[in-house]
Amino acid sequence: MFKARIEVTLKKKILDPQGKAIESSLRNLGFAKLSGVRTGKNIDMSVDEQDVQTATTLVHSACTRLLANPVTEEYEFELFDETGKTVVQFSTQHTGDLKGTGKS
Amino acid sequence: MTGRVGVVVFPGSNCDRDAYNAFGTVLNQKVKFLWHKDTSLDGVDVVVLPGGFSYGDYLRSGAIARFSPIMSEVVKFARDGGLVLGICNGFQVLVEAGLLPGALLRNANLKFVCKQVYLRTETTATPFSSGLSIGQVLKVPIAHGDGNYYADEATLKSLQDNDQIVFRYSTANGEITAESNPNGSILNIAGIVNKNRNVLGMMPHPERASEQILGSAAGVMVLKSVIESLN
Repeated sequence: MFKARIEVTLKKKILDPQGKAIESSLRNLGFAKLSGVRTGKNIDMSVDEQDVQTATTLVHSACTRLLANPVTEEYEFELFDETGKTVVQFSTQHTGDLKGTGKS
Repeated sequence: MTGRVGVVVFPGSNCDRDAYNAFGTVLNQKVKFLWHKDTSLDGVDVVVLPGGFSYGDYLRSGAIARFSPIMSEVVKFARDGGLVLGICNGFQVLVEAGLLPGALLRNANLKFVCKQVYLRTETTATPFSSGLSIGQVLKVPIAHGDGNYYADEATLKSLQDNDQIVFRYSTANGEITAESNPNGSILNIAGIVNKNRNVLGMMPHPERASEQILGSAAGVMVLKSVIESLN
């Protein structure tokens, strides 16, 4: 059994109007040194698999089929074991391909 | 000039009855509702994916509706050349289902925009716009928060090269300006067809502009084109 935390964000080249609105509010509050605000969403779930590779494939498949829209979004995810230790980190950023450390 | 029109009802659809009224009462066609859990299109000639907020727009607009049982039939129907009209949320479902290219992002100004807009007809070589003329301006309402059409450069070029852009937001005189763009859509795009020209997605609501008492009857020309193209 693993826990997965998936983060879905808009691709860098796509305007994030929510991030811009937050940034302008921060600016109004005097946070002049905070910039480049981008938003996204977190999706947490349990993965009922024993094998880390199988669990990784399953989560990746959920991301590509439903959780992220490949036209506009990129995603990364982490898998945690029962002790809360990170066992896998994956990211589609920069390449759009599956890249990961895949250590178990 | 008759056809059988199927209006898909998802949980959260709210323009299904407007579409039913426009096709059924105004255009005197046979219309039936198709529940999202149905697994047959029941022999209809045209499928309408109506506006609304299917599944509460959770995750992304249209993302969950595209996996409704009826959608695999709609995809098959579309791939076989059947006419599919996606309006507003229906357009969002069509891009999520991969039947149309691109995506619909949050409106650039972050506001839900509900108002009458003007659309300029860009092509008449589709079953949805064959009754219009190029450059003809239609007054039709919009009501959406996620209508900002986006496509990457290669997709946009392909849309232009294949004459797939059907409607663009314009002024009442048909000028394409930044001010007439209500949501930040790239190139003011309001509606597109697929390469085979049998699937149209548009954010504005032609079915809500089907009778003068509603403020405009211009939208009914789009629906009428669909029915006339069946014959």
